Amino acid sequence: MDLRYSDSDERFRAELRAWLEDALPSLPPKPGQDNWPARRAWDTRWQQMLFEAGYAGIDWPSEVEGRGATPTEHLIFLEETERAGAPYVGVNFVGLLHAGPTLIAEGTPEQKQRHLPRILRGEEVWCQGFSEPGAGSDLAALSTKAVRDGDHYVVTGQKIWTSFAHVADHCELLVRTDPDAPKHKGITWLIMPMDAKGIEIQPLRTITGSTEFSQMFLDEVRIPVENRVGEENDGWRVAMVTFSFERGTAFVGELIRTMSLVEHVAGLAQRIPRGDGKAWDDPGLRRDLGRIAAELDALWALTRRNVTQAERGTGVPGLGGSVFKLAYSEVRARLGDLTMKLLDRAALGMEDVGGIESGIHVERWFQSMSLTIAAGTSQIQRNIVGERILGLPKEPAV
Amino acid sequence: MNFDLGDDERALQQGMRDVCKRLFPMDRVRALEDAGGIDRTLWHELGQAGVFSLRQPESEGGVGLGMTEAALVYEELGRALVPGPVISTHLSVPLIEGALDGQRVVGLIDRERTPPVVGQLPALDTLVVIDPKGLWLVDPQHLGAIPVRQPLDPLTPMYLLEHLPKGDKIAGPKEVARWRREGAVLAAAMLVGIASACTEAAVAYAKERKQFGRPIGSFQAVKHICADMLVREEVARVGTYAAAVMCDDPGAGDVDRAVAGARLLAGDAALANGKASIQVHGGMGYTWEVDAHLYLKRAVLMSTRFGKSDDLAEAVAGTLAP
Ligand SMILES: Cc1cc2nc3c(=O)[nH]c(=O)nc-3n(C[C@H](O)[C@H](O)[C@H](O)COP(=O)(O)OP(=O)(O)OC[C@H]3O[C@@H](n4cnc5c(N)ncnc54)[C@H](O)[C@@H]3O)c2cc1C
Repeated sequence: MDLRYSDSDERFRAELRAWLEDALPSLPPKPGQDNWPARRAWDTRWQQMLFEAGYAGIDWPSEVEGRGATPTEHLIFLEETERAGAPYVGVNFVGLLHAGPTLIAEGTPEQKQRHLPRILRGEEVWCQGFSEPGAGSDLAALSTKAVRDGDHYVVTGQKIWTSFAHVADHCELLVRTDPDAPKHKGITWLIMPMDAKGIEIQPLRTITGSTEFSQMFLDEVRIPVENRVGEENDGWRVAMVTFSFERGTAFVGELIRTMSLVEHVAGLAQRIPRGDGKAWDDPGLRRDLGRIAAELDALWALTRRNVTQAERGTGVPGLGGSVFKLAYSEVRARLGDLTMKLLDRAALGMEDVGGIESGIHVERWFQSMSLTIAAGTSQIQRNIVGERILGLPKEPAV
Repeated sequence: MNFDLGDDERALQQGMRDVCKRLFPMDRVRALEDAGGIDRTLWHELGQAGVFSLRQPESEGGVGLGMTEAALVYEELGRALVPGPVISTHLSVPLIEGALDGQRVVGLIDRERTPPVVGQLPALDTLVVIDPKGLWLVDPQHLGAIPVRQPLDPLTPMYLLEHLPKGDKIAGPKEVARWRREGAVLAAAMLVGIASACTEAAVAYAKERKQFGRPIGSFQAVKHICADMLVREEVARVGTYAAAVMCDDPGAGDVDRAVAGARLLAGDAALANGKASIQVHGGMGYTWEVDAHLYLKRAVLMSTRFGKSDDLAEAVAGTLAP
């Protein structure tokens, strides 16, 4: 086992670092959280800059204008961009982290050519239309139906919790194409253009007050058959591929951000007064924070192991993603709770209070609560670990 | 970067697992209770298998491997519940003759930890005392000691020392630092082995035991306990491997932070998994007959070695302060 990066990896790192130093100061200030057109423009502008510099789609194949770099280089990319304080994927989340990779693995040559370069150039934003009001954890129970009409599917139904729906150009959509088949067998994975007729989007306010996700009402939306990814009624399998990316690699950037967040919180504790001294003087707080840092270090090691395995394997991350997501979301939640305790009354605003940088920490605390829910709840992940890794018997069918 | 087991490492791991199965099947481990936890023949065989000489250069009769390999080997010793001061004997190899091939049993006591209890005292050939100034040799045969009447770990009888003499200095602070660091990694590895054995036992039982007409492992309440066991074990394992790799290649990261963190997580994982395994075993788990308690007790013992969890957490926190 070897934790050192190779010389060529280090060269890649040095070039990237130099580029970031030049590029970042040219970014305009970040727009407010609910100014969606501006947020889209800001996030995609960063994506364009990455593309022009040859850093877009680090781990995507070069045929689709990716960089074709190794998983290790991808890791270095995430490490360096985070260290430099570069923007995170933002509204490009779905396209870059799981819709794109799903098309790479399962799309037709035309679909790849049509979408992948545009995602990388920041010209195309995606959202994920999987969840429905009646089908969340039990996703395969979805009922949005698609009926074949010549060379189109006609889609009617309702989706919910669709992040960034109002700024997206395309949606990875799961629909029911065979209502009579067992629930996992009658599903199809479609690419839905968001400008199609019959889509109505209603924003939902999140716990932080923002309008990050929406409900989508679909009324006889016509989607060309050529937009189908995988075979008709084989969408559940394709969705599993999407999930493996969503759970496998998509959280790595998050982890790196959280590792620096721990240091911020330690710094905060050293500044916040408590009694005659500082909050940091409390050994209980220090130890809790030390434990969290140790766990994040270990998760970083786990990431390196997953990357090594990916470099040898198929390119689709394995079930280890569920282990990572479970452990990560839990430690992230503990860090959030600890920070709230530390901030005490400074946490009573969603903006900085009393000269303490509290706003960002309060927001992050709320965000940490979405990690145990989004992309499959912790309970569902535990079922996956129990059944598919440990081989425990399935739950009685309901 | 290549942070996964290679072919040689896998072979070493499997080889050691086989050795442990042969030398320490559970009925024999249990029988060691009467022998005070140590059987000289088995100890010698551990020596033959390279457990102590693993990192000694080949020119000095060793195998010439590193901490990374040692961590894999000690994980297996932990999994098999091998009793006795295997870590201190290993660490003493460059200093004490006869440790290398399992001729001597070398115990360890930390002068700063109270009460001064030491395991398997009558079976020890040598006792090393560790304190911030150095390592000191004490003759275990002439120590006034009272046996602790009911040792927590039945395979590790404990003795309370009435007085701990100064002893003869055999090494200074530099060696102390090495012992503390490497000892913590090996202890972490053994704790990971214990945590892992607990997961395995709980999962096996959950597949086989039936209630309400179906295996208990099909119930989420049980399945989720098992899933959390695996998560704790895996996280502690990669943390421990990373710390071991950094011991071999100190430029690869902050060694002291990694070691403290690994030992912390491994201790937590072994204790939590030890308890979880008892819960999954239900009433059987509370009996002497089922092995679950032996793992938990060994986890408690090992988690008092080479660091205390609060101190370890403090040590990691110390690296966060600018
Ligand atoms: C911030 C955020 C962003 C999201 N973005 C998107 C998106 O862009 N696109 C999209 O399609 N979806 C999105 N989601 C939806 C997300 O995937 C679902 O919320 C999630 O899968 C849970 O489904 P649910 O909300 O219906 O909860 P439910 O399934 O109703 O679960 C409620 C509770 O019951 C538990 N539960 C349910 N079934 C079981 C079971 N079998 N065993 C044990 N416990 C169970 C759950 O763990 C949970 O605690 C997002 C969610 C959040 C929070």
